Amino acid sequence: MIQLAKVTKSYSGVKAVDDVTLSIPSGQILGFLGPNAAGKTTTMRMITCYMPPTAGKIQVDGLDTIEQSLEVRRKIGYLPEMAPVYQDINVLDYLNYVCDLRRIAADKRQQRIRRIIERCGLEEVLHKDVGQLSKGYRQRVGLAQAMVHDPDIVVLDEPTAGLDPNQIAEIRALIKELGREKTVILSTHILSEVQATCSRIVIINQGRIVADDTPEGLQANAEGRGVFITAVKTAAGDVAAKTRQIAGVEEARPISSTQGVQKLRIESGAGRDVREDFFRLAVRENWVILEMAQESRSLEEVFRNLTREDQ
Amino acid sequence: MDNILCIFRREFRSYFDAPIAYIVLMFFLLIAGYFFTTNLFLVNQANLRTIFGIIPLLFVFFVPAISMRLLAEEKKSGTIELLFTYPIRDAEIVVGKYLAALGLIAVLLIFTFLYPLTVSTLGNLDAGQVISGYIGLFLLGAAYLAIGIFASSITENQIVAFMVAWAISLFFFILDKILFFVPTSLANILEYLAIEYHFQNIARGVIDSRNVIYFFSMIFVGLLLASHALSRRKGD
Ligand SMILES: Nc1ncnc2c1ncn2[C@@H]1O[C@H](COP(=O)(O)OP(=O)(O)OP(=O)(O)O)[C@@H](O)[C@H]1O
Ligand SMILES: [Mg+2]
Repeated sequence: MIQLAKVTKSYSGVKAVDDVTLSIPSGQILGFLGPNAAGKTTTMRMITCYMPPTAGKIQVDGLDTIEQSLEVRRKIGYLPEMAPVYQDINVLDYLNYVCDLRRIAADKRQQRIRRIIERCGLEEVLHKDVGQLSKGYRQRVGLAQAMVHDPDIVVLDEPTAGLDPNQIAEIRALIKELGREKTVILSTHILSEVQATCSRIVIINQGRIVADDTPEGLQANAEGRGVFITAVKTAAGDVAAKTRQIAGVEEARPISSTQGVQKLRIESGAGRDVREDFFRLAVRENWVILEMAQESRSLEEVFRNLTREDQ
Repeated sequence: MDNILCIFRREFRSYFDAPIAYIVLMFFLLIAGYFFTTNLFLVNQANLRTIFGIIPLLFVFFVPAISMRLLAEEKKSGTIELLFTYPIRDAEIVVGKYLAALGLIAVLLIFTFLYPLTVSTLGNLDAGQVISGYIGLFLLGAAYLAIGIFASSITENQIVAFMVAWAISLFFFILDKILFFVPTSLANILEYLAIEYHFQNIARGVIDSRNVIYFFSMIFVGLLLASHALSRRKGD
């Protein structure tokens, strides 16, 4: 269980994370989604005790990340952005070093390391220096490092960035498997990534949470937000304005107008279907409906709308 | 304690995994050896005065070269972000790394035992003088190293770390060489701050607590400032 209560982080006065409250129960795979500079890395760094929040409180299993920092760190495995691991040391030595720092007893160590090597597919590169590995393998070493002490919580900052499609698929499978026994928090810019792996999506923009839902919920939200295109034949000049007055309509935008036929794009709020109301309005106003077509909005569009700069 | 040992082991080993340790060792011994032998043949005198005279100056250049990478390198590569999230305190990271570099300095000094050994075959060697001289050199190196790790903690650029450490070390080195130019009242203070004044006292065999306190406070302040600089990541 991870709890963030009114967490704010500012860098010389500028807020990178702004009043975030979030509770992550055990066993969840939570995807942090957001554009560049949204505050994903900053949030993860606070959870992993890299740095404290400017204001607010973070607790991991009831332990405070500032006061009981060392205990919290024992529970967490972290893969930072870009997987920074030592270059001048071979994979096996590196994992042993991490075991040293993680205080893994000598009798358990062999088994732990063997298991993690198998899990992360590192058998072939064990005696190579990390610096000589490809990006994908380095990422796997980073993952191995995050999991070798078998933590309850794994925090992964953009775990699939810069990988080829095969490796992305492998890492995603690994994350899913991890999620069966652990709490996983991962961040990404890619929507399909969270859809594929996560049980919960938190969209963050400019340091604030703008959506918090299951992938299915977000999808339903996207589909429920009705968008339709219609063409009406009338000489009236206030079609868009009148349409906007229908309850539930959020946006009515004229697309084109040729020879008395006006085309509009109409958007309604979540879960509302305003086509019937629009039909009644047209009848009252004596507009002739020539065309009406429902458009379904993609999740990408929801994401873009939620994280637009001007919000 | 165990954490410090882990950091120490990895850091000490990595000195010898890279060319740096060998390069430093080689140049240091070459230069020190040059002064030692010219003195030996020119003056035809078998003593260690030159060697204890030249090493403090050599340290001004060599210790920053040893210390520059300690923290700067990991800050640059980002690996320090991981260290900061392992169950280990910032101060333990600093002390572990410091001790590793101190280990390298000890190795450096052990190699210079060659010179007193040579002297002992040629003439009479005052064992007491050698021992106190080496204690002095070790403390001197330890103090420069504390300056060096602080310099390495404030930047991620190793060259900058070197320059800063070098400049500060040189400052403490030069203090007692400019005593002629300052009024007596100031001279006393400068002398107390001068690193070589304390070194020479110890090397002469008079191990005074004043001198020891000087070195230990230098080490303590350097390490303290370095851990403090690391926690600056924590922001405002
Ligand atoms: N050490 C720092 N000093 C000053 N500002 C910082 C620092 N780290 C991050 N920021 C600022 O905080 C904001 C959030 O950054 P953060 O790295 O958390 O974003 P992100 O969501 O991880 O972005 P990306 O997807 O690009 O990784 C940005 O505006 C960034 O410039
Ligand atoms: Mg980031």
